Amino acid sequence: MTRKTRRLWLVISCLACLGLAAGLTLRAFSSNIVFFMAPSQVRAHPPSPDRTIRLGGMVVAGSLHRIVVHNTPVNEFQITDGQAAITVSYAGILPDLFREGQSVVALGTVERGGAFTASEVLAKHDETYMPKEVAEELRRTGKWDPRFGKAPDAASWNTMTSSEDSSHKNTKTGG
Amino acid sequence: MFFGPEEGHFALALGCVLAVFQCAIPLWAAHSAKHQRLVALAPALAVGQLIALSLSFLSLILCAVHDDFSVQNVAANSAIAKPLLYKITGVWGSHEGSVLLWTLILALCGGAVSLFGRNLPDILRGRVLAILGGVSAGFQLFCLLTSDPFERLYPAPMDGQGMNPLLQDPGLAFHPPILYTGYVGFAVPFAFAVAALIEGRVDAAWGRWVRPWAVAAWAFLTCGIALGSWWSYYVLGWGGYWFWDPVENASLIPWLTGTALVHSAIVVEKREGLKIWTVLLAIATFSFSLSGTFLVRSGILNSVHAFANDPARGVFILALLAIVIGGSLSLFAWRAPSLTAGGLFAPVSREGALVLNNILLCSICAVVVTGTMYPPFMQLLAGRTISVGKPFFDAATIPLTLPLLLAMGLGTALPWKRAHLPRSFAHLRTAIPLTLVGLALCWWHFSGILPIACGVLSVWVIAASIADMARRLGLPGGTLRSVLSRARSLPRSSWGATLAHIGAGITVLGLSGMSSAQHAIVEVPIGHTTHLAGDDWTLTNIRHLRGPNYNALRADITISHNGHVITILHPEKRDFTSQHQTTTEVSIHTNFLRDLYGVIGDQQGTGANTTYVLRLHNNTLAPWMWLGALIMAIGGGLSLSDRRLRIGAPRRATALAEKTS
Repeated sequence: MTRKTRRLWLVISCLACLGLAAGLTLRAFSSNIVFFMAPSQVRAHPPSPDRTIRLGGMVVAGSLHRIVVHNTPVNEFQITDGQAAITVSYAGILPDLFREGQSVVALGTVERGGAFTASEVLAKHDETYMPKEVAEELRRTGKWDPRFGKAPDAASWNTMTSSEDSSHKNTKTGG
Repeated sequence: MFFGPEEGHFALALGCVLAVFQCAIPLWAAHSAKHQRLVALAPALAVGQLIALSLSFLSLILCAVHDDFSVQNVAANSAIAKPLLYKITGVWGSHEGSVLLWTLILALCGGAVSLFGRNLPDILRGRVLAILGGVSAGFQLFCLLTSDPFERLYPAPMDGQGMNPLLQDPGLAFHPPILYTGYVGFAVPFAFAVAALIEGRVDAAWGRWVRPWAVAAWAFLTCGIALGSWWSYYVLGWGGYWFWDPVENASLIPWLTGTALVHSAIVVEKREGLKIWTVLLAIATFSFSLSGTFLVRSGILNSVHAFANDPARGVFILALLAIVIGGSLSLFAWRAPSLTAGGLFAPVSREGALVLNNILLCSICAVVVTGTMYPPFMQLLAGRTISVGKPFFDAATIPLTLPLLLAMGLGTALPWKRAHLPRSFAHLRTAIPLTLVGLALCWWHFSGILPIACGVLSVWVIAASIADMARRLGLPGGTLRSVLSRARSLPRSSWGATLAHIGAGITVLGLSGMSSAQHAIVEVPIGHTTHLAGDDWTLTNIRHLRGPNYNALRADITISHNGHVITILHPEKRDFTSQHQTTTEVSIHTNFLRDLYGVIGDQQGTGANTTYVLRLHNNTLAPWMWLGALIMAIGGGLSLSDRRLRIGAPRRATALAEKTS
């Protein structure tokens, strides 16, 4: 084998592998990218039921209730961004830091009826933790602006319900 | 106090100054013919820097042990009631402390090169130490200027705030030093690569010198990743072992390029091929380590806010990374063309297989980098919040892993220069029955085409490694004496390679097994039985216990198979009232083929209607994942003990040296 053909082999195998990697990445991207959505966005443009999304917002105070189906605990609660609320059902153990009135991110799919089935609920192991998507979203909707100080205390979010539109007034003074 | 925080701060500054000299003097001396003897100062400076940084680190540990809460770092991360071990390990729990640990380990690497690198030519050793000193100086400056671990706090609080029960765990305590040793260890191959670029020469001897450092760093990184994964498995209580989050990927990326480096350096050593590529890999691996520790871990890239919170820190670290990575890559672009290209070789040969290994590992690395970096870049550029998770990484990396495993089994059996594929296959024929047994077992126990394929191929890797070793020992057919004498004369590095390959096979087998793990989340009263994976899991009793500073709920879960009791699990849920924190104590029973894994959640209802939430997992082959990683690291250690790496051979052919210089 000449030097040229050997080099050709090397180049071909490199290109083949990188091409394969690129193809696999694109294919995986097209079906597996998870978009973050706020409840009002889900309400406006419901994603298809086979699409996994991250739904984030505040847990509506007083909305959490539990039922037991075939010995499996199912938690139902509402997530709101202050404009719309989505009912989430989650079969499993809620994280230790899950609280009503605090921020949460749920991973799952939107059912045809508009309800959300979560396969995972995230609340990090830190009392002050606010998922960055939720913080972004709250800022976008005018519920909280980092320029006016820290995220409001959990207690003040307890008054936040899906129908309340004036909540940004009291949160801004909190900063 | 005899050696207080101010002395520690001074020692750190002294270390920084010594590092600057360690960088400048040898580089200048090696360049000028007149002062070349000054190069010999480099090892002394490196040892001096190591001593200064050790004292500095020791003084921070002393502050933590003596509960000196006037030091802000101690006040934030320690507390009087904390056990002594965690007071010490808490030192590197914070950002400042971990940067100090990082620089200490870098200084340790410099010290190791000074002490173990006696057989290196003086000029090369001087340049390697100079590069290490330069990197070290940069990060010590970062530590001094933006994240001072010795900063005082006035007034000093009565007690510290660092009492997080979740973080008080031996796995987490020793994870950072081991992982950092892996990350930082790749600084030595990096320094060798840059020194070789400055010198303009890469040869077989260079490959032989650089490889043990790469293997050592790789072994530590392997251990560090495995330990982190094991910690999240038994502490977090989700039954998961790898979440593909940026912090984990940040350790996986340099591991992948580091594995490629360890293999490509063999080709440099044996065949003087792949020289430029190996230099590039050494630079890339350390660059990934650096960006991994400082960009991803510190969250600068993940969230724009973290960057904005402390602009000085962010700008400093970005500038430092730009100098180290950009500088070395520019040097590479400038000098690499002047390196003599190595010989090309036949596609079917040992070196061909090693090239394939490199291409595949780098492709996997590219996929992981893309998956990790794409979401933050999309966030920055397009403002869309997206994330990618396990489904993406599984779909994109597993198809690339399959040919890697196939080549791994075959590769070690191929001879150098030119191989005959059917003949090499014939050498491995003893591995085929075992692989078929593996196929039957995987088919029977695993579900899904990819896990089965991975399982079979990992059995193939293990069987082929054993078959190849048996062939080298003259088995079957050799007398006991001849086999023993062959075993003794085989280099330790071949034993190490075989062991590492077997370890990799075991890890992949464990990962494939975990894909058929089963779990159930139930809410049951005492006495209720749940069926999971063919066993009966009964909640037999619940007890309320009082620990030293917590109240615990302890469950007895009896697992039986056809009425025959296998084990009783005792998971706990601990409530640390003073810290407002609950932790879950997982209970795991392993019989080596599977883990029975139980977690207790909340108590619901009262009186006769009380029920308890339980999370039950049957994790097939789970222990194999970490066992395999441990075997891989031991294989690396074994090949480090190869006497060829220490004595004799590393002498450069002088004739060649005269020709090129």
